[in-house]
Amino acid sequence: MKLDLSKVVSGCRLGVLTNLGKNGDKTLEVPGCLLYTRCGSAPHLTHETLETIEKIPAVTQLTLSTLAEYHEVLEEYKEGAGKFIGMPDSVLYCSLQDPAAPCPPGFITNKTVSVWGSGGRMEMTASKFMALQAVVRPDWFQSMADGETVQEDTSKKRVRKSVDRTLAFLDECLQMQQKSQDLQGVEVLGVVEGGDILEERTRSAKETAKRPVGGFVLDGFQGDAMTRELRLKLISSVTAELPDDKPRLIQGIGRPDEVLDCVEAGVDLFESFFPYQVTERGCALSFRFRYQLDPETQVLERNGAQVNEEPRAEKDCDVSDKEEKEPMTPFEMDLKSKRYREDFGPLVQGCSCYCCRNHTRAYVHHLLLTNELLSGVLLMIHNFQHYFGFFHSLRQALQEGHLEKLKALVNEHSP
Amino acid sequence: MAAPGVSAASVAGAGALRSGMAAGIAAAASAAAAPLALRIVAECPVSKARACELTLPHCTVSTPVFMPVGTQGTLKGITSSQLEALGCQICLGNTYHLGMRPGPELIKKASGLHGFMDWKRNLLTDSGGFQMVSLVELSEVTEEGVRFRSPYDGKEILLTPEESIGIQNSLGSDIMMQLDDVVSSTVTGPRVEEAMHRSIRWLDRCIKANGNPDRQNLFAIIQGGLDPELRKTCLEEMTKRAVPGFAIGGLSGGEEKEHFWKMVTLSTDHLPREKPRYLMGVGYATDLVVCVALGCDMFDCVFPTRTARFGSALVPWGSLQLKHKQFAKDFQPIDSDCECATCRRYSRAFLHALFKSDTAAMHHITVHNIAYQMSLMRSVRQSIVEQSFPAFVRRFMERMYSSQEKYPSWAVEALASVGITLE
Repeated sequence: MKLDLSKVVSGCRLGVLTNLGKNGDKTLEVPGCLLYTRCGSAPHLTHETLETIEKIPAVTQLTLSTLAEYHEVLEEYKEGAGKFIGMPDSVLYCSLQDPAAPCPPGFITNKTVSVWGSGGRMEMTASKFMALQAVVRPDWFQSMADGETVQEDTSKKRVRKSVDRTLAFLDECLQMQQKSQDLQGVEVLGVVEGGDILEERTRSAKETAKRPVGGFVLDGFQGDAMTRELRLKLISSVTAELPDDKPRLIQGIGRPDEVLDCVEAGVDLFESFFPYQVTERGCALSFRFRYQLDPETQVLERNGAQVNEEPRAEKDCDVSDKEEKEPMTPFEMDLKSKRYREDFGPLVQGCSCYCCRNHTRAYVHHLLLTNELLSGVLLMIHNFQHYFGFFHSLRQALQEGHLEKLKALVNEHSP
Repeated sequence: MAAPGVSAASVAGAGALRSGMAAGIAAAASAAAAPLALRIVAECPVSKARACELTLPHCTVSTPVFMPVGTQGTLKGITSSQLEALGCQICLGNTYHLGMRPGPELIKKASGLHGFMDWKRNLLTDSGGFQMVSLVELSEVTEEGVRFRSPYDGKEILLTPEESIGIQNSLGSDIMMQLDDVVSSTVTGPRVEEAMHRSIRWLDRCIKANGNPDRQNLFAIIQGGLDPELRKTCLEEMTKRAVPGFAIGGLSGGEEKEHFWKMVTLSTDHLPREKPRYLMGVGYATDLVVCVALGCDMFDCVFPTRTARFGSALVPWGSLQLKHKQFAKDFQPIDSDCECATCRRYSRAFLHALFKSDTAAMHHITVHNIAYQMSLMRSVRQSIVEQSFPAFVRRFMERMYSSQEKYPSWAVEALASVGITLE
């Protein structure tokens, strides 16, 4: 793959990744995001419903944690995960973990990492990891890595170990790739670790950059252990050590304000698990990003948008939470709230997604209250489209020199 | 609401459909201005099967037809767009559920159930009677109506015929069902007779209460349990009423199949030829084929969509329980002859895996199962039109049951009763 940068604005890189996919004919604009999937499916969506979404990224993210248990199945299938999941034309990126499913710490060794599937924990050596990649047949994959540094107060020793291990894993993976027929032409992305320690971060970046990787994955920045300032400082230090002509993807970052921060610090690619998490809590992304609207439309949009949501205690349903969900962010609206019961407007004024074109807040509210499956479908459609629209707007803003306008819009939702 | 486009050849429910209907003729004699027309396109010369065009306010429906059930104003995970693409021309909504949540006033504000769920074709709503019997603790049935306790807030609710029709008027469905006094088909004794007579009286109250006879069709529901005399009495009385269509109710509730089919065939024998016959709660493939032979035009059942959510995919030779290990490495589609979106792109193995991770697995099977039902009815209809329905039935049975000994005896008898022998 090739990264062509057309400009760099306040640290933000604008460009396009080309030569992607089996035929080398796919492209992905940066800054951008990947399509998040669970076990190879965009959550809640079939091919038909997925296709209604505009500006779907050309690259789909698969997670080894949801595919590892199908190693034998894929081995027998022989034709790769892309075809198996019904996305034969998509460019595939395989990450180790699922960003929306945190895994318990304490299971990484010098020789193995673990993932959690439907049947529990599966341990894998570099050998097994690569064997899996060979049957999954992605276009890119992140190398095996030790990212267990997100907890607060991880010791310096532990952080150093995570960097060393990750580099060792990378070397092993690259070595095995050389010898593997099935993995020729596949891009390996090196993972930059280093916890919250500056020297370790730069060491990891420099060392990883020496290897023949196709791009870089920035790991260990998810969660609340670091302050915003520290995170950005570390990311900038990392990207400063990385070559310009290779893409940088960051794991576990999804909120739009954090996305903007990271782009300014030199990151190119993001995952799209965030719209999925919003869907799971019965919410719809509603933050504004159309900075180029005329003032009148801006006012209409703002009036239509429900920002600063009231706390969830207000809802009049007894939808029980099946599992621990991430708390609501300021970028979304809670459709379970009573206030939407008789609101016949679209989820978001001006949104052209299938849900907003054909349905109302009142209907989605009803579906949530009655625990109907369609609520997940409609919200996922809206949330993905909204999120992809945001990235499109970001690229436009960089192109036109209006990043500050976009930042102002997005940050009006932040506390 | 626009008048359905009907050709001069149409035979209306009770008298010719007048072209002035769109101008809003007074609906005092509701039948004369009924927004329904049935045109019989072909009849099987051997059995009682017929293929028709049923014109309703939103579009024309080809019968025999299977109507998927979208209980709460949604078809369980599939969008209206997908349902339309599957060729569905009419589906169901439940008065009881929607009457509770979100309630008729809200739906009325949303431009009726069509507007609320964004469904541009036809809708049929049931009266709420069956749910009240099957779902909730029944407090009391009196002449007034059915009194029961709401599961949502514990309040006591009285559902009268007038109330049920009022809700259905707000929902704006193309076909509404009368409130009937529903008794389980396994009940015997005087209660069955009482319920049958009461259903007749309630039918009259429903007819009177219908505020939109010019755009909403009210169907009667024949009761009488498994007693032929009671059924006949009910048929005699109800067919005197000027309603645009009839449903055969009180069956498919756990009774023996050999009693079931006899009541179905008795009912169709006494129902007018020129009005549609709707057999409620029937949806298994074999039952559909047999009951078409016995003269039924319309069917509904939650089975295909409900079983999909449990991983069961319907196929011409039975069903596949996709969650079972045996499909883990089965890389064929559910049915290689099926042209639905699921079968064109996904394998049994993938669906098997997906069931452990994401709801999309259920949606894929739901799409397939509806496609299966639609395809079955299309084939049934086509064979009637081509005058080869008995041959179709034989092929269907051969495919579904691996050998003749496995043919359900009730089905063999029922088909024989209308001249279709399965060697």
